[in-house]
Amino acid sequence: MFKNFLYSQKVAPYVFVLPFVLVFLIFWVYPLLSSFGMSFQKVTLGQEAQWVGIDNYTKLMSDTIFFKAVRNSGVYMILTLLILIPFPMLFAVLINNKFMWGREFFKSSFFFPALTSVVVAGTIFRLMFGEMEGSLINSLLGVFGVEPVKFLKGQVTGFIALVALASWRWMGVNMLYFLSGLKNIPDDYYEAASIDGASAFQKFTRITMPLLKPTTIYVLTISIYAGLAMFIESMMLWNGNNSPKNIGLTIVGYLYRQGIEKNNLGYAAAVGIVLLLITMVINLTQLAFSGMFKKED
Amino acid sequence: MKKETAIKIVLFAFFTVVCLLILIPFYAVTIASFKPGEDLIRYGLNLKFDLSVMNFDNFVYLFTGDHAYFTWFFNSVLLTLVQVTLTLLVSATVAYGFSAYEFRGKNFLFICVLLIMMVPFEILLLPLYTLTNNMGLMNSYSAIILPGIAGAATIFFFRQYLSGIPKEIIAAGRVDGASEYGIYLRLILPIMKPSFAAMAILNGMNSWNNFLWPFMVLSSEHKYTLPIGLKTLLTPYGNNYDLLIVGSFFSILPILALFLAFQKYFIDGMTAGAVKG
Repeated sequence: MFKNFLYSQKVAPYVFVLPFVLVFLIFWVYPLLSSFGMSFQKVTLGQEAQWVGIDNYTKLMSDTIFFKAVRNSGVYMILTLLILIPFPMLFAVLINNKFMWGREFFKSSFFFPALTSVVVAGTIFRLMFGEMEGSLINSLLGVFGVEPVKFLKGQVTGFIALVALASWRWMGVNMLYFLSGLKNIPDDYYEAASIDGASAFQKFTRITMPLLKPTTIYVLTISIYAGLAMFIESMMLWNGNNSPKNIGLTIVGYLYRQGIEKNNLGYAAAVGIVLLLITMVINLTQLAFSGMFKKED
Repeated sequence: MKKETAIKIVLFAFFTVVCLLILIPFYAVTIASFKPGEDLIRYGLNLKFDLSVMNFDNFVYLFTGDHAYFTWFFNSVLLTLVQVTLTLLVSATVAYGFSAYEFRGKNFLFICVLLIMMVPFEILLLPLYTLTNNMGLMNSYSAIILPGIAGAATIFFFRQYLSGIPKEIIAAGRVDGASEYGIYLRLILPIMKPSFAAMAILNGMNSWNNFLWPFMVLSSEHKYTLPIGLKTLLTPYGNNYDLLIVGSFFSILPILALFLAFQKYFIDGMTAGAVKG
């Protein structure tokens, strides 16, 4: 009898999606709710939790180190958006050009960095941006007569290293996104434009850019998310979560410091909730502005 | 005709320069793996191709030295294989449920799939950490595999793929007397094979390079994965560069080999999310 029930067409779909429901409830809904609950408590691993109301949030609002972390994450996100959207788009259009030699070779080489783990890439960049005269970047600057720079000790120079690392790893991946977007644009459009006497620049701004909009929105959305949630890149560059004067501290880095390193889980949970709010607000605004919520189809 | 050749040369030159810039870090780590760690500490990571200091000592140490590198390496291989296999099977099953049936709560559940993709995983780190602790799963691979076993992006991709498969196959299966599960296992799974390749690559890459969560969960050295092991070579008290650099270099090789062999699937897998559906 039970077997018949389990095998009926009414029940089968629920059996199929059951693993998702379980994982969703146990590893997503529960942690999210408990994170929310924890943010109103004083929680220390191995001790009874204490209800403290909105104390964690009020403390957060006057926590200058937290604001430093928010600013760092925000600046990092904006810089990566400014580099990792226009350049990959331009590269994709150029590499897609019918006059391009060795297209496949270049596509592969651009993609190579994405194959490395953050740990390996971070280690390489940490050494490349080393402060010695002979370290890669300093030795190149030396050719132009620039004195060795202590990259990872300064705010601006530290961010140059951080953004260089991100650009190196993601340039090729974003270019591939734009290339797959370009594939969906029919050649007829360009031919028609040529007949009307449009210049290459006009074709780019009037046809390519508007039709790449869905791809751009996708890349924008994941880049905002990745930018705000960045942590390990900074951890690898500064070999730990403690950079001089917190120049490399990010929101997730602060969450990690408070939660794992200082066993201050309630406060860290509040950091997490604020990050969730920031991410949601920025992404929903961005999606609303780009008209993603308008009825389609 | 002349103008075209000029464009070709300019484009090619431009991309060659950008490509060289991108490949410099690989070149630097490759030559550094042939130099003594001491050289690196004294002169920094650079591009000097100096045969007088280059030798195979690091590689000899990598393969014969007293360290846990290959334990980590095989842990990573094992974890990646198990994680990819389980995630693909579970996610494909869930995706089939979403694609083949109409049922109450379907739309709501699918919005939940999309929701997972919208929220940074990092926010859940601490509650997941305490949950793992309470479940007694600390320092186990289950704690790494379970939370992602029904991967949202993977489910999404499989559902897209399944929507292109004609429903008549399912109807025909029912006429032939196959059970609901028999239809999935015998008729649908075989047709899904091509989509498995792209998702295996995507999940495999993520799993092979996964760092933060495993780093928080795993505590004993013999269970470390490669990224964690490499990270522990960097200490505040001096770095084990002899092993770190050659180990980093060697860790790129297997995935590079896979990439060169299955390039198309890598690109399909990486761009799967951007396909509008």
